[in-house]
Order: sequence, then structure tokens, then C-alpha cells
Amino acid sequence: MAFLEIRGVTKSFGATDVLHRVDLEVEDGDFLVLVGPSGCGKTTLLNMVAGLEQVSSGEIAIKERVMNDVHPSQRNIAMVFQSYALYPNMTVAQNITFGLEMHKVPKPERDKRMREVAELLQIGQLLDRRPSQLSGGQRQRVAMGRALVRKPDVFLFDEPLSNLDAKLRVTMRTEIKKLHQRLGATIFYVTHDQVEAMTLSTKIAVMDGGYVQQFGTPKQIYDHPANVFVATFMGSPAMNLLPVTVTDGHAVLADGQRLRLANAPAGAERKALLGLRPEHFAAPDDAAEGLPRLKGKVSVIEPAGSDTYAVAMIGDCECTARLRADAQVQPGADFEFACEMAKASLFDPDSGKRIE
Amino acid sequence: MTAPRPSRILIYGTLGLFALYYLMPLFVMVTNSLKPLAEITGGNMVALPQEWTLAPWLSAWSTAQIGVDPSGLRPYFWNSIKMVVPAVAISTLLGALNGYVLTKWRFRYDTLLFGLMLFSCFIPFQIVLIPMARLLGLTGLAGTTGGLALVHIVYGVGFTTLYYRNYYSAFPTELVRAAQIDGAGFWQIFWRVMLPSSGPITVVSVIWQFTNIWNDFLFGASFGDIDSQPMTVALNNLVQSSTGVKEYNVHFAGAIMAALPTMLVYVVAGRYFVRGLMAGSVKG
Amino acid sequence: MMTRARLQELLPKLVLSPSVALVAVCVYGFIIFTFYLSLTDSRILPSFGWVGMENYVKLFKLSHWRTAVTNLVVFAFLYIAICMAMGLMLAIFLDQRIRGEGVLRPIYLYPMALSFIVTGTAWKWIMDPGIGIEHTMHAWGFVDFEFKWIKDRDYAIYTVVIAAVWQSSGFVMAMFLAGLRGIDGEIMRAAQIDGASAFSMYRRVILPQLRPAMLSAVVILSHLAIKSYDLVIALTGGGPGRATELPATFMYSYTFTRNQMGIGAASATIMLATVAAIMVPYLYSELREKKQ
Repeated sequence: MAFLEIRGVTKSFGATDVLHRVDLEVEDGDFLVLVGPSGCGKTTLLNMVAGLEQVSSGEIAIKERVMNDVHPSQRNIAMVFQSYALYPNMTVAQNITFGLEMHKVPKPERDKRMREVAELLQIGQLLDRRPSQLSGGQRQRVAMGRALVRKPDVFLFDEPLSNLDAKLRVTMRTEIKKLHQRLGATIFYVTHDQVEAMTLSTKIAVMDGGYVQQFGTPKQIYDHPANVFVATFMGSPAMNLLPVTVTDGHAVLADGQRLRLANAPAGAERKALLGLRPEHFAAPDDAAEGLPRLKGKVSVIEPAGSDTYAVAMIGDCECTARLRADAQVQPGADFEFACEMAKASLFDPDSGKRIE
Repeated sequence: MTAPRPSRILIYGTLGLFALYYLMPLFVMVTNSLKPLAEITGGNMVALPQEWTLAPWLSAWSTAQIGVDPSGLRPYFWNSIKMVVPAVAISTLLGALNGYVLTKWRFRYDTLLFGLMLFSCFIPFQIVLIPMARLLGLTGLAGTTGGLALVHIVYGVGFTTLYYRNYYSAFPTELVRAAQIDGAGFWQIFWRVMLPSSGPITVVSVIWQFTNIWNDFLFGASFGDIDSQPMTVALNNLVQSSTGVKEYNVHFAGAIMAALPTMLVYVVAGRYFVRGLMAGSVKG
Repeated sequence: MMTRARLQELLPKLVLSPSVALVAVCVYGFIIFTFYLSLTDSRILPSFGWVGMENYVKLFKLSHWRTAVTNLVVFAFLYIAICMAMGLMLAIFLDQRIRGEGVLRPIYLYPMALSFIVTGTAWKWIMDPGIGIEHTMHAWGFVDFEFKWIKDRDYAIYTVVIAAVWQSSGFVMAMFLAGLRGIDGEIMRAAQIDGASAFSMYRRVILPQLRPAMLSAVVILSHLAIKSYDLVIALTGGGPGRATELPATFMYSYTFTRNQMGIGAASATIMLATVAAIMVPYLYSELREKKQ
């Protein structure tokens, strides 16, 4: 049995279902990230694990104990909120120990644990301040300290980095990852940012429209997206989807260009979407020998420092290719792209599902 | 946007003129309360006293004829205090609790319930005078300070609930959730998390209730008797008494005494007073 | 354990219940009781002889009541119109980066902190011909000056307007000023770049955005007007004669001094119906907006 299990959980408000039969399993020490656009149901799911919202049907179990009717404070979980939710009238020290006080942990023990956490997060000098006197990053640390001090079975994170500026977000992301590696804690983390999802997680659940679209390791999600939504949501710039006709082992583009497929599906001729990520393109000089090529007309060049992105019309589809920073490519010119077909994905154009 | 010069003179002139209009009655009250009576009847209302005297104040406070007793306003001042303090405290506490429940422990039809409570602030109180008089009579509270305080609590709780509800609805619900996960219950969240952050709205609520209850006349006149009538009723009795010479200077002194507590609150906490007035237009 | 969880669940409603009970009985119960009384032959004490709509018929035949209603219409119209006009003008003027705004604003607003009884007392003597303005003008040598409105049956109602406007107009000013300050500065910059003059800026851009503040002000003022009782009592006592009677004073005197409780209850019911017609749609829309 898994450490945290979500079995057939549904959430409905009146007649509308906002979550449809979600099944997820998390092992001890896993870092699970729920990722999806806003309104996909990820925060609702998190709140149900926390016990802040009722489960309409299905079961949530932690350490084999069904939690559906257990009060949030009795689930041995801790949560880091998007707004940090620090009590404005209490000092940092009081914020961190409030939960222990409510659970009637004796004062010496509370102080000991608070000092440990303060040292771990390097917030010892902030203990007497109030939340209003802290910077965003400091608040973030205090919010994590409040969760850590409880030594919970599961940490719940609700978009904890979304209120930080871009630079701090990257720093804190690394810190959260370090913390996870050091403590080996089980983490259930919600975000709309696919980069966070990829960098932090050991497992990802991509959600949309109240459904779990795909559940797997970051590598599975990125390399073998289960459907068009996952393919385009994860990765930036998004995966290019070229409408093709698949016939005897080749993909034929709208303008007649043919590409040999590495893993061609069996069966008769059919329409499909050919998914190629920007980094699956390369300038011919940089590519391995023998890769198939696609011709396209380059419309825009976006130098991004470490790489150069070329936007080009290939077939009748606008594609983005990630080339080396010094690639010799001009806007308006025709260009040949080498394509790494071994990594390409195929999707059914009607259902959006991956074709194996 | 700065208007050109001639119109700025016009603007300043108009603003100054209106300032005089608003200040004039206060000025008249104060100066004439410090004059002997003869100076008022024989002289000029807006002139400063030629002979300064505190006698009208002393008379208004302790010897003036109020109704049948030459008691001055002093006992009524204390009646008002004894009525206002518990009424303000209890209605504010109830409002805080109601606001907390209505925003953080929501249930079906809570908005409807709040709407019904809110409407109760706006009814013309004439509609409740007759049954309230009966109820106070039946319960033996008629003519007591406690009875008056109760009436003010009943008809003030809608307003205090409005204040706290608007304030708490802007109070992050995530904090309540964090406290729940931390293991705090209903009361612990209220006392430890909500109330310590409610300073500003409590000031508004207390000022609003204090001003309204202190200034009330209708309930005081309807349900009070000699032992419980508030200051406003006594002032009116003083001014309207038909016997003897009209002692205008005493009336003015009495009017200032009745106005002083609320004026003081206004001077000390005007900012919050305005906020309270504005919240009376529902939008917080 | 189960019972404790159940108690926690019930606790919020339990906490709310005393207030709900008080309001249910003392507001809605009492409204029903008063309405019921208005259909009975109650006189000095409540009695339960059913007379149907008779009290309402009698009420509207009473010239006393008709005077009170006419007075209320005149008073409410002038009170609201003048307060709005003055409030708007003062707010716009104060919004012109006035030096000393911090001094002027509290001066305009302080009357709102006073009791209507104090306001009434002050204005009663200020407008009294014997010692007030007329007396003062005479003392200054303008011997022909006359200001006897408060003693004049045809004009006394306007003295109530003067005192009431003095008390409330500053508050309307504050509401409008808050509305003006709440308007996005970028919109004004955009209008200036579009070439709007100061006048057309106010008429076309700013005033339309003040509509919510105006609506609130009208609602609050009309509610104050209908409830007006203390001011009339202190200022004129309803006189001279019945020249300044309002429904509020009518109800009080019929119920408690003339021992016509049935008619008093009927008049209170009419007052409530009028207030409800204004407040219910307003509160409904305010609460709905909040939900979104």
C-alpha cells in the first residue's frame, strides 16, 4: 500500500463535478507536483487532502488510515499557503509554534523544535519580528518553518512561490528541493508553473478540466506525453504539432514533405499530429549524420542568449525551433532543419491521445 | 488639474463661506453659553461676551429645572453613560462574533440571514415602539437603564455585524485554514487570530455605536423615565419647559454638554468616525 | 468524540443564534405585531377587535396626516436635493488641491457627530426672531430685516430643512470626496490628453463614475428624512400649529398622547412600507454585488 493514496476521489458542487474520479499514489519520500492551468481542480484536490474541503465520493488515505472524516489538525499534515497565511498579530516565533501550542506540546519542547527549524531555515535573527516586517522571501521561509516544526507525515504546498519575483522564485525553488533531499519528506505540491513541476518533482500529475491527464515521472511526462494537452502544457516554448498523414512508415506534411518515422504505428493510412519539441530541431551542421530534414521559411529570429529560437513556417504550420546561439539563420530565408525523429510523438487529431 | 487664478479665488471664497456656515452655530452656542442672560436678550447673538460667566454652565449641570426637578443635567448625563457603555460593549462583541461566523463559517442562506439583520438597521423605529413598550413593561425593564441598553443592543447589532462582516470578508481565509490545520478550534481562531487583528474595525464600530446611542432621542423619550432618561431627552425637557423665563444661555450650555462626548470622540478619532459613516452606506 | 465534533459543527450557528433571535423577535415579530394592531380598534392599550382596513381609511382622511405627508415630501425633496448639490460642490472644490483641506474637511463634517436634539436647540434659537439672526441684524442697524420663518406656518418647514442640511451636507461631501479620490488618475490623464476641458471632464468622465456614491447618498438621506423625529421635536415641536408635523411625529403623538394606537400603528406601517420600498432593492443589489 502506498504512503498517500487518493482512490476514486470526486468533488462536486451541486450538479457540477469539479474533479472526476482521481486516482493517485504517492510513496514515502515522493515529491508529487500537481500542475495545471487555473481552475483545473488541483487546489481543490489539495484542500481535500488537507481536510479543508469535503470529499464527495472516494477515499483519501495516509499511511493506510482513511482520512475522509478526520479533522485537518488530526491528519498529521502541514501546509504552506500561497499567501503564506502568517498570523499578522504574532511574531515569527509565535507563528511557528502556534500549531504545537494548539496540540499541547510542552513549552520546552516547542522552543527546542523552533530553534532547530530556525537554524535549518536560517531565520534565527527574525524570530521576534512580525510578518509585516519581513520580505517576501523571509515570509516564505517562516511559512515553511511553521510546516516543518510539526514534523508531519505529508507537507502540502499551495503555489508557494507564485507571490515571489522571478529571481527569488528560482532561489527558493532550489531551497525547497534541497530541503526535500535533506529531510526525505513526502511532499504534495500544487503549481501552475510547469518549470517548477519539472525541476522539483519526483512524480507529476498534470491536470486539466477536473481530470488527471497524466500521472508519471517528469521524464515520462516530458518525453512521452499522453495527449495533446500534456504535450503543449509541459515545456516552453510549447511542443510543435504538425498535421500530417501517416502512411507506410512516413509522416507526410501538408506541402508534401516526407519524414521517416522512428516508431511508425501499425495499420492503415491515417491523419495524425506530429509532435516535435523545439529542441528536436537543429541546424544541419550541428546535427548528427543522417537525420531527416524539413524545409521551412524562417519568419522571426529570437536570440535568447544561450540559444536562438527560430520561428518558421513548415508545411502550413508555424513551428519554433531551438538552435545554437550562433546558428547562421536569417529572417525571410529558407532553412533546412534536421529533425530528431526518435523523440517525436504522434497524436490522434480527434481524441488528442498519443498514438503508440 | 489646477484651475486658473480667478476661479481659484472663487473656490477659496466659497469654501471659506461654507466653513463659516458650519462653524456659526457652534460659535453661537459657545459664546452665548458664557454670557449673562441680559446680554443675549438685549444684545447681539454673534458678539463675544462682555461679561464672561460660567454660571449658565453650573446651572445647566446641577440646578436647572428639568421637568419637575431642579436637578440640572447631571443625573441624566450619568444615565446616558450607564446606558451607553454596556450597550456599546455588548453590541460590538455580538457584531464581531456574527461577522466572524458569517464570513468564515459560512452556511446555506447566510447571506439572506445577514440581509435580514442588515435591513433591521434601516427600519423606521416607529414600527417597533408599541410592541417594545409592551415587552419592556411585561419584563419589568420599562423605565430602566438596562431596558434602554437592551433596546440599543437589539437595533444596533445589525450595524456592528455589517462592519465586522465587511472587514472579515477581506480578512484572508487562508489564515483561518492555516489555524485549522494548526489545530485551533472555533474560539481559539476567534480570540487568537481574528480579534487581535480587528483593531481598526473595532474602533469604527465602537465610535459608531457610541455616537448613535448617545445621540438617540426617540427610544430615550419612549422608554425612559426620570431614573433612566438620557441626556438628549433631558436637554429637550430643559429647552421646552414652558415655565418661567427662557434662559437661553443655560440652554446653550446644556446643548454643548450633550454634544461634548460625541464631539470629543469626533476630534480624537475623526478618521474612524468618517469610516463608520461611510460604512453605513453598506459598502465597506 | 462524535458529539464533540458535532458540537464544533453546530457552534457557529449557536453563536449567531442570540442575535438572530433578538432580530427575529424585536424586528420582524414586532413589525408583524404592529401591522396586526393597525387592523384592530386599539386605543390607549392594544386590543384585538378586528376592524380591517378602517384605520388606514381614517388615517388618509385625517388632514393632520395629510399635512404630515405633504411636509415630508417637501422636506425630503429639499433636504436631499440641497444636501446633494452642496455636497457635490464642496467635494469638487475641495478636490482642487486646496491648501487647508485638512482643516476644512473636519469643519464641514463635525455636525454629523451631534445629536439632532443639539442641532435643533441651536438652530431654534438662531432662527428665533427674538434673539437670533433677525435680532442681530437689527442690532447691526438693518432695522427692516425680517426672518420669522420659524414662527410662520407657511415657511416653518423650511427651517427644518435648513437645520437638517446643516447637519448632513458635510457627510454627503465626504462620500463624494471619497468617490472622487477613488477615480483612477490614469483615466483623468487620458481624458486630458483627449483634450477634455475641466468642465467636460467633470460632466462626461468624473460625474458618471460617482453614480454609486450618489445612489448611496440618496438612499441614506431619504432614510434619514423618513425617520426624522428628534430634529422636529427640538426645533419646532411640530408647530407652529401643525405646520412642521412629519409622519414620525404624527405616529408618536397619535399613539402615545392621543391614544389612537390603531391609527398610530397604521401610520408606522405606512412609514415602514415606504422605507422598505427604498432600502430593500438597494440592499439586495449591494449584497448581490458583494457575492460576485
